[in-house]
Amino acid sequence: MGLEGHVETILFLILFPAGISLLLLSIPVKSVRRLIAVIANIALIAGTIHLLYESSGATVRFELESVWIERAMLVLEAALSVYILYMGVRFRRYLVVLFTLLQLGLLIHFETVAAPGIHVVHSLFADNFSIILALIIGIIGSFICLYAIGYIEEYHERHKESEDNRRVFFFLMYLFLSAMFGIVFSNNLKWIYFFWEVTTVCSFLLIKYHEDEESIDSAFSALTMNLLGGLAFAAGISYAGMYAGTLELDRLIADGGAYAVIPAALIAFAGLAKSAQLPFSSWLTKAMVAPTPVSALLHSSTMVKAGVYIIIKVAPALKGTLAAAMLSYLGGLTFLVTSLIAISQSNAKKVLAYSTIGNLGLVVACAGIGTNEAVWSAILLIVFHAVAKSLMFLCVGITEHKLSSKEIENMDFLIMEMPKVSAAMIIGISGMFLAPFGMLISKWATLKAFIDFNPVMAIILAYGSAATLFFWTKWMGKIITIKYGLKNLEKVVSPWEWTTLAVLSFMTIGVCIVFPVLSSALIEPYITEIFGASPSMDRFNIIIIMIIMLGLLTMLPVALMYYAWLDKDYKRVGTYLGGANVDNARFLGSTGAQRTADIRNYYLENFFSEKRLFDYGWVAAVFLVILMLGVVIT
Amino acid sequence: MTPIDYYIHLDSIYLKAAIYIVLAPLLGGLLAGVDRKLSARMQGRIGPPVLQPFYDVLKLFQKEKIIVNKFQNFNVILFFVFMVFTGSLFFLGGDLLLVIFALTLAGVFFALAGFSVNSPSCHVGAERELIQMMSYDPMIILVAVGMYQVTGTFRVDAIALYDEPLILYLPGVFLGYLHVLTIKLRKSPFDLSMSAHAHQELVSGLKTEFSGTTLALIEIGHWYENVLLLGIIYLFFSFNSIVGVAAMLLLYFFEIVIDNTYARFKWELTFKSTWVVTALFGAANIIILYFAMRP
Amino acid sequence: MFFRKSPWIIHYDATSCNGCDIEVVASLTPLYDLERFGIINTGNPKHADIFVVTGSVNESSRAVVKNIYDQMPNPKVVVAVGICATSGGIFRECYNVLGGVDKVIPVDVYVPGCAARPESIIDGIIKALDILERRSREFRKTKREARRQERKLRRYHLDD
Repeated sequence: MGLEGHVETILFLILFPAGISLLLLSIPVKSVRRLIAVIANIALIAGTIHLLYESSGATVRFELESVWIERAMLVLEAALSVYILYMGVRFRRYLVVLFTLLQLGLLIHFETVAAPGIHVVHSLFADNFSIILALIIGIIGSFICLYAIGYIEEYHERHKESEDNRRVFFFLMYLFLSAMFGIVFSNNLKWIYFFWEVTTVCSFLLIKYHEDEESIDSAFSALTMNLLGGLAFAAGISYAGMYAGTLELDRLIADGGAYAVIPAALIAFAGLAKSAQLPFSSWLTKAMVAPTPVSALLHSSTMVKAGVYIIIKVAPALKGTLAAAMLSYLGGLTFLVTSLIAISQSNAKKVLAYSTIGNLGLVVACAGIGTNEAVWSAILLIVFHAVAKSLMFLCVGITEHKLSSKEIENMDFLIMEMPKVSAAMIIGISGMFLAPFGMLISKWATLKAFIDFNPVMAIILAYGSAATLFFWTKWMGKIITIKYGLKNLEKVVSPWEWTTLAVLSFMTIGVCIVFPVLSSALIEPYITEIFGASPSMDRFNIIIIMIIMLGLLTMLPVALMYYAWLDKDYKRVGTYLGGANVDNARFLGSTGAQRTADIRNYYLENFFSEKRLFDYGWVAAVFLVILMLGVVIT
Repeated sequence: MTPIDYYIHLDSIYLKAAIYIVLAPLLGGLLAGVDRKLSARMQGRIGPPVLQPFYDVLKLFQKEKIIVNKFQNFNVILFFVFMVFTGSLFFLGGDLLLVIFALTLAGVFFALAGFSVNSPSCHVGAERELIQMMSYDPMIILVAVGMYQVTGTFRVDAIALYDEPLILYLPGVFLGYLHVLTIKLRKSPFDLSMSAHAHQELVSGLKTEFSGTTLALIEIGHWYENVLLLGIIYLFFSFNSIVGVAAMLLLYFFEIVIDNTYARFKWELTFKSTWVVTALFGAANIIILYFAMRP
Repeated sequence: MFFRKSPWIIHYDATSCNGCDIEVVASLTPLYDLERFGIINTGNPKHADIFVVTGSVNESSRAVVKNIYDQMPNPKVVVAVGICATSGGIFRECYNVLGGVDKVIPVDVYVPGCAARPESIIDGIIKALDILERRSREFRKTKREARRQERKLRRYHLDD
């Protein structure tokens, strides 16, 4: 059934972006590079849709034996390690050096002792879950790269002190896409590990882009934690190879039995580090100093999704053990703590970062629970979150340039200064928590999955979702205040950015409208294949959600147009400022002094201070991680 | 068979929704009127006639339309539409979780109405409205969770027909719900965001810059909401419709007594006390129920 | 039509000595209980129908009285409570006092007294209710007229 064609598409998706990245690195002419980028993006989107089209729904595995591939990977691996060692020494980060050397040691030991005896049958595979992730990487990733073309132009105009390395920037972005495709389609654990390390290094270099002290510090923080994860991954591979006798992910999970538990736990640990769960969350919040397309691509829609992807993949091997319970508690704890911390943050990118970590925590919790309902909601969460969060990051990317500030408190009256961007932002924020958008659907499914498993998780979800309600509505309220007489700041937004914003806004709405089809065509068959039966949403509820969505989609534009153009029978008066108005925002205070009414949001720092909550969360998380690993090792 | 039983056993969901849409504002307005009359009597006054809320609303429809900006009424209209929709969804027997999420949607539109006007009273009122929403949201979800644990379903029509008294299984959840009911009915001590006129603190809080028809819609929207909230009380006592109605009325009276007894809490205390009560009563009830119901 | 049943007042103290204010607030207490007529003391001009002013007007309170009056939606009435609001009272000849409230806004009912007694205040507000009811009918008529005029202008393209 098109088995051959299938593998070609996959190989195309893995290798093509890498080739494009090299082209973008080497060609000096900007317009040629832009043309290549646009063509590449179109090709990638077409490629992923083609893959969807030709897939049969069942999992397909491919053999791909080649000594040359193995050798190439080894050489590249070695080069990467040398580079990281060099960076570690140059910047005196000795933990980096230590972890890299340990990793190298483990791998060399493994290669010489056990690897020759293991034969990998299926190196690549494609199932519905990988296809869903490939769609996210291909479509959303391509549009983010498109956006980055406009963004990076303005970035360098505003940051003249930063060295213009945009060719390296785009090289890394497309190389990263290539590595992501590699992760989701590889069945060979060593290949996954190789692509994993490539994403770690790409993330490191992209965070460091600005080359100032804060960026370098954040980059190394990310590198250190991800290397620790990589070390665990390498240990897991060694164990799997030596004791379970296989290096194939699917065989390990399905047939590994008792010997699969330790590698699964170690790989889950690596996934936790990559998806910035507690106790590793600080690298993601610090990584927000990177240019916004990096935050959108790596740190919200794709790389961190690779972390939870691998956790979902290995979780079946942990089912029933204490490690799985620890995993779900860790996810729940992360969700609660980060949602509460986000209330006290006024930096827009930090709020987005904490929200991302929280949602990923929910996915990890679902993976730990491991029932068919839980995995179904986890995949829904991944899809909806990727779309809405990347839209939010891209909006913040535009506002951070035009307002020269990342603070939410400076986004007053944004709807008057930048109406179209505000509209996209409102869609993004609604997409993150409001009925009838996707995240609400997935949170609902998650709640149902949690209740059937453990009421404590349901309670955590109840508190956490109350927290998310607060900080998102607070942000939305900040941008919709209306005041007349403000200058329009969005006339100079580049068409690259507009296109991406428009497409992602439509996708946020669209993915919610088509979600029943998405669920029945892609997700439910996958769940049925693994668990035998799949949950789905009750038809009546789907209808109600569609009614709400269609109601909103029709009422909002109609009402806006009515109020803007047709409603004429009114008298305009000032706001009530005790009768002492000078104009709508200023009033005469005591002794006749003119004062401006300045309004700020509540941040509840006394309740939800970042430091205190994070420290408590960190301690609890370390405890849970030790339990998770310790129980496994004994 | 009482009228309530008859209503629950109606087959047509459209008829059920229509009855709700027509009757709820009348019931809600009457409840509001009874509230004011009883409060006045408790304070040693005579008080307004019981139909006073209807007079107020009908008067408001005749006022001149004044606005601060052209779009401020837009959010209130959406709040009203979604509140009616949510109530109808509940009373025709839909999924309780979806009702809660739609209620949140309506509440968010209401808070956004306050944010959309550049006025300090409205903004602080809207912030406090959000604090209130954050306070009661966990408990409301736990009500749905508790009911699911006992009856095995989220559907309101199934829960209403459940033959065992839910109150016996969910006393803690019920007490927690009473606490948040005080918040949702906007009664002292939790009337932070837009108090009734004699209790002002932020001028009129969220509804300061709204007048005329919009203010009337806010009022009627809250009547729809109150009927929905009392309906949730009924679910706890659904095993017998007369007991259910009696419980609704008794607890509403109890809320009026609380309103007249307590002064307003600060928002920090509101928030803290609600989350603590949710944990102590609601969460504990659910955890105990989980262990008790396991085979 | 329902203004008689549900008049909402806003009470503002221009430069009163607070004597009349205390009497206005006393009318709301259980002894006199204005709320049995459906009267509520809103603090917000946008919600109010009756503007109850006490005290005379000077330079600073003139702008405020005008501002509050403008922020009230039609139909509205003004009740000047106390002799200071009526004409300036014993402070009329002071250099800073401009006079009664009718120097700034049109007053409908004057309630004399120093301080005005709650019975007189209630009497004044009830008289204002009649005026309010009449004014609401006029307001509706003028609104209908204005709409008809506008439609006529639009039909004959005279509204540019």
